[in-house]
Amino acid sequence: MEILLAIMTGVLYAAGTYMILRRSIVKLIIGIILFGNGVNLLIFLLGRITKGNPPIISPELKHFTDIYADPIPQALILTSIVISFGLQAFAIILVKRAYKVLKTDDLDMLNTLDEDS
Amino acid sequence: MSENIITYPLIVHLFFSIILMFFWNKVKVQKIVTIIGNFVALGVAIAVFIFTWKNGTHVVNAGNWEAPFGIVFVGDMLSATLILLTAIAGLSVSIFSVISIINARLRFGFFSVYHFLLLGLNGAFLTGDMFNLYVWFEIIIISSFVLISIGGEKNQLEGAVKYFTLNFFGSLIFLTALGVIYGLTGTLNMADVAVKIQQVDNQILIDVCAVLFLTAFAIKSAVFPLNFWLPASYHTPPSAVSAIFAGLLTKVGVYALIRMMTLIFPHDVFLMNVLLVLSVLTIISGSFGAIIQNNIRKVFSFLIICHIGFMIGGLGIFNVLALTGVIFYLIHDIIVKTNLFLIGGLIYRLKSTTNMKNIGGLYKSYPKISLLLLIVLFSLVGVPPLSGFWPKISLFLSSYSTENYWYLGALILGSFITLIVVAKIWSEVFWKNQPELKVSKRFIFFDKLYPIQKWQFVTPIVLLALFSLYIGFGAEHIQSLSERIAEDLYNSQNYIDAVLKP
Repeated sequence: MEILLAIMTGVLYAAGTYMILRRSIVKLIIGIILFGNGVNLLIFLLGRITKGNPPIISPELKHFTDIYADPIPQALILTSIVISFGLQAFAIILVKRAYKVLKTDDLDMLNTLDEDS
Repeated sequence: MSENIITYPLIVHLFFSIILMFFWNKVKVQKIVTIIGNFVALGVAIAVFIFTWKNGTHVVNAGNWEAPFGIVFVGDMLSATLILLTAIAGLSVSIFSVISIINARLRFGFFSVYHFLLLGLNGAFLTGDMFNLYVWFEIIIISSFVLISIGGEKNQLEGAVKYFTLNFFGSLIFLTALGVIYGLTGTLNMADVAVKIQQVDNQILIDVCAVLFLTAFAIKSAVFPLNFWLPASYHTPPSAVSAIFAGLLTKVGVYALIRMMTLIFPHDVFLMNVLLVLSVLTIISGSFGAIIQNNIRKVFSFLIICHIGFMIGGLGIFNVLALTGVIFYLIHDIIVKTNLFLIGGLIYRLKSTTNMKNIGGLYKSYPKISLLLLIVLFSLVGVPPLSGFWPKISLFLSSYSTENYWYLGALILGSFITLIVVAKIWSEVFWKNQPELKVSKRFIFFDKLYPIQKWQFVTPIVLLALFSLYIGFGAEHIQSLSERIAEDLYNSQNYIDAVLKP
C-alpha cells in the first residue's frame, strides 16, 4: 500500500510539474491541481498509514494501548483541500478573464509588460 | 487573561472587514470605516508592542489546548515589532488608497479584502504553529490575488497570472515541506519541532526539508532564482496596492525565513552557505535589473529584490550582530518600500505617467514635494544619518569579522548601485526639463485637485517619511530594540521554554 502511494505521489508531482511547464494557460491550471493532489497524498503517506484502527478507545482505558491511525494528517489534508479548492476556483475565473482580455492562451505571449517599459 | 491582547490585532481586522461587507455599495461610508479601522488597529498594535516590551515573550493557547497539541499564538518582540510596522504601513496605505483608487474598484469590496490581507499578515507574524502559518499565508495570498486583479485591466490580468502561478506553487512546496517535517517529527508546533528535530538521525532528510522550506519562502520573498514574478507583476495594480505588497508581502517571506532559520534549523552550515550564495546573486540581479529600467515603479520593484538580498545574507552569517542588522534593515525596509510605491503613485498623479523618459522638472514646479521625496530616496540609499545607513554598519561589521567577503562586496555593490539608481531618478525626474507630455483629457492632474485631496495624497508619504526620519535620528532606540530581538532569536531556548513551559 505504502509503495503504491509513494509511486502515485511521485507520478502526480512529475505530471503536475510537466503540465505547469507547458505553454497553454489551461494546462497550467491542470498542472497546479495535479501538483496539489500530489501534496495531499504525500501528507497522508507521511502521517503513517494504519489500517482499521481509528483513534477511539473504550471509556475504561485511559491511554492508547495499540498503534492507532493518526487523525492529524487527515485534518491537514482536509484543510488544504478546501484551501486549494478556493484557489483553483479563483484561478479558473482568472484564466477565463485573462483569456477574454488578452485574447491568447499562450503563456509565452504574456510579455507586453516587458516591452512597454 | 491579559496576554490575550496579542490576538486583538487579528480581531480588529476581522471585525472591520466584516463590517465593511455590510456597506458593499456605499463607498463613502467604506472610506470612513476603513480609516477608523486602521486607527484602531494602530492603537491596538501600540498596546501589543508596549505589553510585549514590558512582559517579554508570552503565549496564548487557542481553545486552552496545551502547547504541543493545540495551536499557539506567540507574541515575542519580533512579532510585536512587525505588527506595529504593519499597522503603520496599513494606516498610511489606507489613507492613500481612499484618495487614489477610483470608486469603480472600491465598489468591489476593495477595503474589505484589504483588511483581510492585514489580518493574514498579523496572523502570520503571531502564530507559533507551522500549519497555521500555512493557513495565514493562504489568507494573505488569496487576498493579494483579489487586490492585484481587481479592476481587471489588461496589464493587471497579465501580471496577476504570473503572480498567482508562482505564489500558489510556492504554497504547494511549503505544504510538501510541512508533510515531510510532520513525517520526521510528528508535530507541527514550531517550538516542539525545534526540540524534536535534534533527535532525528536522518540528517539528509532534514537538509531536504530545509531546502523545501527555503524554496517556498524564497518564492514568497523573491530571492534570486525565483524572483522574476515580482518585477513582472508589482507595477501593474494601483500604487496603493503595490505599496502594501512591496512593504509587507515579501517581508512576510523574510520573516518566515528568519523564524525557520533561527528556531528550527539553527547552525545548519549547509543552509547558511546556500543563503549566502543566494544573497549575493539576489543583490546582483536586483541591482543590475534596477539600473536598466525606465519605468519608476519597475525600478522600485527591482530594488525590493536587491534589498531582500541584504537581509538574506545577514541571516546566512547567523550571529547576533548580523541578526541585529537584519532586523534593523527589516524595520527600515518595510517603511521605506511602502513609501517608495506611494511616491510612485504621487508621481503618476503629478505627471500622468511613470516612465522616466516622459517626466521632468518636478523640482522646478513642486519644490516642497521634491524635498519630501528626497528624504525618502536618501533614506533608501542610506546616506548617514538617515535610516538605511545604520543597519548596514552591523551587516558590514559582521560580514567582515566572519570573513564573508563575497557578501561584503555584494553589500557595497548593492548600496552603490542603489545610489546610482536614485541619482538617475533624481536627475531624470526632478532636474531634467519637462519633455512634451501626451495628456489625455480625462486625467485629473494634481493641480486640479481640491486642497484637502492634495493633503490626502501627501499625508501618508509625510507620515512614513517622518517615521523613516525617526529610524534614522533615533537609531539608538531601534538599534537597542533590534539587539534585543536578535538576542531572543539567537538564543531560541527562551522561545521554546515560553511555548512548551517545561
